[in-house]
Amino acid sequence: MSMLEIRGLTRRFGGLTAVDAVDLDVAEHEFVSIIGPNGAGKTTLFNLATGLDEADAGTVRLEGRDVSGFSPEKLAALGVARTFQHGRVFANLSVLDNILVGAHVRFKSVRPAWPGPLFLLEPFAELALALIRPGKVKAEEARMREEALAILARFGERLLPRKDNPAYSLSYANRRRVEIGRALALGPRLLMLDEPTAGMNQTETAEMQALIGDLKKTGLTIVLIEHKLDMVMQLSDRVVVMDEGHVIANGKPAEVRNDPRVIEAYLGHHRAERAPLEEAAE
Amino acid sequence: MSSWIDYTVNGIIIGNIYALLAVGLALIFGVSRLINFAHGSVYVVGAYAGFLAVTHLGTPLPVTIVIVLVVGALLGLVIERFGLRPLQGYAHIAPLLATIGISFVLDQLVQLFFTPDPRAVPSSLLEVRFQIGSGTIGALDLVIAGIGLASAGLLYYFLRFTRLGWAVRATAQDRDAAQQMGVDVDAVNRTVFAIASGLGAVSGLLVGMYYNYIDPSMSFQATLKGVVAQVVGGVGNVPGAIVGSLLLGLVESYGIALFGTSYRNLFAFVLLVIVLVWRPNGLFASKRQTPPEPMTGTFIAPSKPVQIPGKVLVGAAVVAALLPLVFPHPYVLQTLTNSWLYALLGLSLTLIAGTVGLVSLGHAGLLAIGGYASALLAINCGVPVGLAILSAGLIAALLGTLMAFPAFRLRGHYLSIATLAIGEIVSLVILNWEWLTRGPIGLSGIPPLSLFGIELDTDRSIYWFTLAVLVVLAALQFRLLGSHLGRVLRAVRDDDVAARSYGIGLNRYKALAFAVGSFAAGISGGITSHLYSYINHETFNAQLSILALTIVILGGMGNVTGAIVGSILLVGLPEVFRVAAEYRVLIYGLVLLLLVRFRPQGLLGTV
Repeated sequence: MSMLEIRGLTRRFGGLTAVDAVDLDVAEHEFVSIIGPNGAGKTTLFNLATGLDEADAGTVRLEGRDVSGFSPEKLAALGVARTFQHGRVFANLSVLDNILVGAHVRFKSVRPAWPGPLFLLEPFAELALALIRPGKVKAEEARMREEALAILARFGERLLPRKDNPAYSLSYANRRRVEIGRALALGPRLLMLDEPTAGMNQTETAEMQALIGDLKKTGLTIVLIEHKLDMVMQLSDRVVVMDEGHVIANGKPAEVRNDPRVIEAYLGHHRAERAPLEEAAE
Repeated sequence: MSSWIDYTVNGIIIGNIYALLAVGLALIFGVSRLINFAHGSVYVVGAYAGFLAVTHLGTPLPVTIVIVLVVGALLGLVIERFGLRPLQGYAHIAPLLATIGISFVLDQLVQLFFTPDPRAVPSSLLEVRFQIGSGTIGALDLVIAGIGLASAGLLYYFLRFTRLGWAVRATAQDRDAAQQMGVDVDAVNRTVFAIASGLGAVSGLLVGMYYNYIDPSMSFQATLKGVVAQVVGGVGNVPGAIVGSLLLGLVESYGIALFGTSYRNLFAFVLLVIVLVWRPNGLFASKRQTPPEPMTGTFIAPSKPVQIPGKVLVGAAVVAALLPLVFPHPYVLQTLTNSWLYALLGLSLTLIAGTVGLVSLGHAGLLAIGGYASALLAINCGVPVGLAILSAGLIAALLGTLMAFPAFRLRGHYLSIATLAIGEIVSLVILNWEWLTRGPIGLSGIPPLSLFGIELDTDRSIYWFTLAVLVVLAALQFRLLGSHLGRVLRAVRDDDVAARSYGIGLNRYKALAFAVGSFAAGISGGITSHLYSYINHETFNAQLSILALTIVILGGMGNVTGAIVGSILLVGLPEVFRVAAEYRVLIYGLVLLLLVRFRPQGLLGTV
């Protein structure tokens, strides 16, 4: 079944059409990468798919359900987790707290869901439960903490020793790791990563690639925006190429690699005939 | 019919005066993204400079205007030097808080030199009036209109045709790009502050002449009116500010005609809140204008909070509880009782402004709601005082949250201005809702504090009562911050976009924090009303809101212990040293200014 199904998605900013009638399908357990030059509309597409931006036209379906126009909160509750291109950690929260905020939608005991008009009372119930902390709530918090520590442990010694440090004190690469940890804490059905290795050196990139590779092996459905083509080619089941708001190519990594339209998008008309894409990646 | 012409003329003239203020605010906002809260102080200084010139030097009007213009311009340079320049690279709201501090200092200095008593600015123009149709127009009206038009014309010429004017416009459009092209941005800021403050000072002089009345407390209202006019016209939009001012003048003038003088400001603030919530770019904003994004950022300085072990806190509470037994000095007990009441207000604001990042400038409104609710329940319904205070907390939580709810979608500066307006609206509603609140007369005969029928009539028992309330609410707030909610609220503050992406509904948690905070403020207001036995619509004024914010910043935003420490330092200490009231406000202003500049994380650090 299709995890994510986007049809005719369009977003205009004044005279500029950043995303122009884009179709995109991501099957369950699939790893799809979106590449394309800067300004191609990749991040805008992410924002539309995760509810942070409103589309002018088109539909988004998640596991068959029409979620067009859903708020980001709702989409998070449905299992969509994303990271941000420029990194958006909660600067004054500790590393561990950042991860725990990621698990927010999974806190069920302390955030009871009540039917009908009773939902208005939910915040009061949440407040009361947070202050009284019955056993169930305590157990939930403890369980989530353990899970959060397990997530931190995936990053080796990068984050664990710093789990109580505020996020603003972390290096850029570590903030990106925290973001990914936070996304994993949500227990995502669909993970959307926006340039997770931006600003990382080669060692760090390799480490991140190994981590994402592990996630892929667990069967998680992943959509990745990335400029580092080596990584894209090695990880992806399928690569989607965007340019000027359009999808210009869509296929297996090997097919896309030699597509003349893709090379043209990256290099312009004149060099397109002679330069292979590998060179462009450097 | 003739009266309508008079009201229209009056509205346009007042609008002209507002325009002189609002244009300056718009210019300053344009180049520095700062809403200058010291602008009203410039206006007051202008009025008093004019008063001195006319009464002591006997200067004719044109000379007076030049003197006032120069004084205002110089003052503008001072404000730029201390309020803006040192704070570049700080949180966007830091200069705003600094200008609030400056305005406290300036207003208080004026009050110290000239006393709070009103003065008259003599003007021979007042008596001359011309008949126009069935209405009349005064010579002074014409002069004011003339000055308004002339300033607008000169400003247009300056911005359009001079090199410095181009630099100003370039800086307003893109500060960094202008700087890279060799524009001296500091010089632009200085120029703009000088021009804006010169105009603001002249505005003060004209108002003084128009009403033949000046006093130091005009400052705050003037700032607010300028801000309203500016926001209505579109923040930072100079022609918009002029149109907004005229609109505001007319709305006020017609409002007075229809409903009476006491409603005048109510219209201004309701207009402000409506425009902020529905058209945050102003009535005349073009669609191409960018939304008010760049002004996000609450006043949170990254810092490691000072860790105080729980044992020490418990020990401090025990010491505080034992104090009346070992040191039963009534004056000290009263002072500390007062500190505990302010600390309750601090708890409230540190949660709302610090933990969840909604920098409220209208917090006194919550005290007022609590105070009136508790007093009215006790007086009119005979509710026992203890229960009345508890109900006051709940009523403040409910009303405060409902009123602030529309503003939750605003960010940064805009939220602060909206809360400021909401605070003023509360006070004005109390003033005008006479059958319930007895209007300007206020509520007297509020029953004294009592608990379960036992009257708390000793300094000691009142001290223990307030301390107990404080300890309970502080403990609850600690527990709240230690729960998942503490994490979630701080996440909302740090990055609302990321918070939403992880399933956190912003309105729900902002409302939750606001309700909890308002409860503490309502309790504080309720207790205060029973202690004072008399309150009116000015008991809980805007100065109190700013004092609360200073307490919270001093202690460290979001820091529960900090709110209590800040309250002891700012409310208790001046009392112990018997600092006269007028110097106290001066101290608050200076403390705020210095904190924002040198220790934005406060004494105990941001949580």
